[in-house]
Amino acid sequence: MTFVFQRLLMLIPVAIGVTIIVFFMIHLIPGDPARTILGIHATPKTVAILHKQWGLDRPLISQYWLFMDRLAHGNLGQSLYYSTPAAGLIVDRIPATLWLVVYAAILAIAISVPMAMIAASRKDAIRDHIVRAVPLVGLGMPPFWLAILLIYVFAINVHWFPTSGYGVGIVGHLHSMFLPALVVAIALSPVVIRSLRASMLNVLGAEYITTAKSKGVAGPALFFRHVLRNAVIPAVTVLGINIGFLIGGTVVIENVFAIPGIGQLMINSIFQRDFPVVQGVTLVFGALVVLVNLLADLSYAALDPRVRFDR
Amino acid sequence: MSATTFPSEAPPPEFVTEPEAAAGPRRVRRWYTQPALLGGVILLALILAAAIFAPLLSSYNPITQNLTNTLQGPSAHHLLGTDQLGRDTFARLLYGLRNDLRIAFIAVLLPFLIGVVLGSISGYFGGWVDTVIMRIVDIVVAFPFYVLVIALVFVLGPGQRSIYIAITLIGWVSYARIIRGEILVAKRQDYVLAAQSGGLSSVRIMARHLVPNVISQAILYAMSDIVQDILAIVTLGYFGLGVPPPTPDLGSMINDGQNFLTTHWQLTTFPGLAVVIVGLSLSLIGDGLADIIRPGQA
Repeated sequence: MTFVFQRLLMLIPVAIGVTIIVFFMIHLIPGDPARTILGIHATPKTVAILHKQWGLDRPLISQYWLFMDRLAHGNLGQSLYYSTPAAGLIVDRIPATLWLVVYAAILAIAISVPMAMIAASRKDAIRDHIVRAVPLVGLGMPPFWLAILLIYVFAINVHWFPTSGYGVGIVGHLHSMFLPALVVAIALSPVVIRSLRASMLNVLGAEYITTAKSKGVAGPALFFRHVLRNAVIPAVTVLGINIGFLIGGTVVIENVFAIPGIGQLMINSIFQRDFPVVQGVTLVFGALVVLVNLLADLSYAALDPRVRFDR
Repeated sequence: MSATTFPSEAPPPEFVTEPEAAAGPRRVRRWYTQPALLGGVILLALILAAAIFAPLLSSYNPITQNLTNTLQGPSAHHLLGTDQLGRDTFARLLYGLRNDLRIAFIAVLLPFLIGVVLGSISGYFGGWVDTVIMRIVDIVVAFPFYVLVIALVFVLGPGQRSIYIAITLIGWVSYARIIRGEILVAKRQDYVLAAQSGGLSSVRIMARHLVPNVISQAILYAMSDIVQDILAIVTLGYFGLGVPPPTPDLGSMINDGQNFLTTHWQLTTFPGLAVVIVGLSLSLIGDGLADIIRPGQA
């Protein structure tokens, strides 16, 4: 329990820091933020309204306090484009993004675990070298480019998947979001394969594997019961560490596939110069990563008793 | 942010017990005998040559429009055809590569410097300085890389300057983390203790003794960091937040070509392929360097 408590305590400075960064986004805007954001729609009246809404005429600390006070009431400001609360717009779009993140994480594991097992089963064999070459190509691949090519091949040439959209119902989601999730998974897999292969090799060299071998455990039984089980823990950690990368990838991919998630909302709002929504989405993304990292750490502790005893 | 981790691996047992292995380093490999590194260097040299000598490789101006000659297929005149404004795609590819590579290589410098300095201070002094710097690192990595880059470039206004600022504000954290970790170990080594007891100043110990010994890790990471920066630049270009048109940029080329995917697939495919090859060359160099710097590890 102390581990959980300590981990929760560490959350507080990070959470405050995240809000400070999102708050300061306004002050990075060159010139008068209200005037810049409103652009051609800037009239003395609209500028005055924004000044009042953001409290721009007050001292910085008081502005931040205003921001935090509204945040505590679930108020992320008013969308300049839709004239509705930004929070509502964002909340409506969170499910699609969560679907994509979870779907992509599952596909990433489905791709990476077998590949890492193939590579680690015999170090420096040809199959090991082939698997190790995958990340070299994968790391430099623009995910949106891969997405466009996959749409061309699998949605336009052979009509296996729709070119865009979110689908209806669970089966519809699984079908429509297969290509987007696959792209995010492929973008993530180089890192996961690399770390998994290394941790599997580490496990293979561990003393308890020697013990298992000397007891006569061999072949698949050894690999699945002893190696894979212990290598899954690092896989969870690696996914946790890269959750920012995974979630960040959805911003790009949602836009290519027109999935109504918060990533698409972010880019659309950028084109509409809808600053409060962009700010709100950035905050939600930060909160999402912090939360998932927490869950990864806690599940890590649950899976591996050594973590708890170390503390 | 930790797009590339090089986790340490235990060498297989038989490696350690070999007599010649116990005697010392197995063999010192020169850089040109390392196939991955050699391949990467050659590939990168070719790419850089194509980017630098773009004006010699293509006689077309990448910006000049020719509205009577739009969306042509590949031919002897136009190796990769022309785009929707009649501009030569091959010329745009070369110049786009040139622009994006230049921005990426410049963009990596400041984060590298800031990260190494702050990481060294954090690791060497520890205490509250370390706590403060590491908390800031935690906060920056709480945001997904792309989200923060896109948000920062949006508020700063599209363009090169914003890209440099955004990448600097985010990029330094990885270098700081890596260098801090290395310094934490290195500062307990005898040579540092000797320098300390010799009365050298902290700045001198860090600059002359510690950093030179741990900098290789940051250089290794820089290889994958450049790849990540190129991806970010191309992504920003794809969303129209990068270098403003008509300046050629691989990301905006992919975006333009997307509208003509079914009829002119080459407009989208080749700019992306160029990015993949750049990434491949830098990854090969990174892997090869890792092999030389840390022999015995995969």
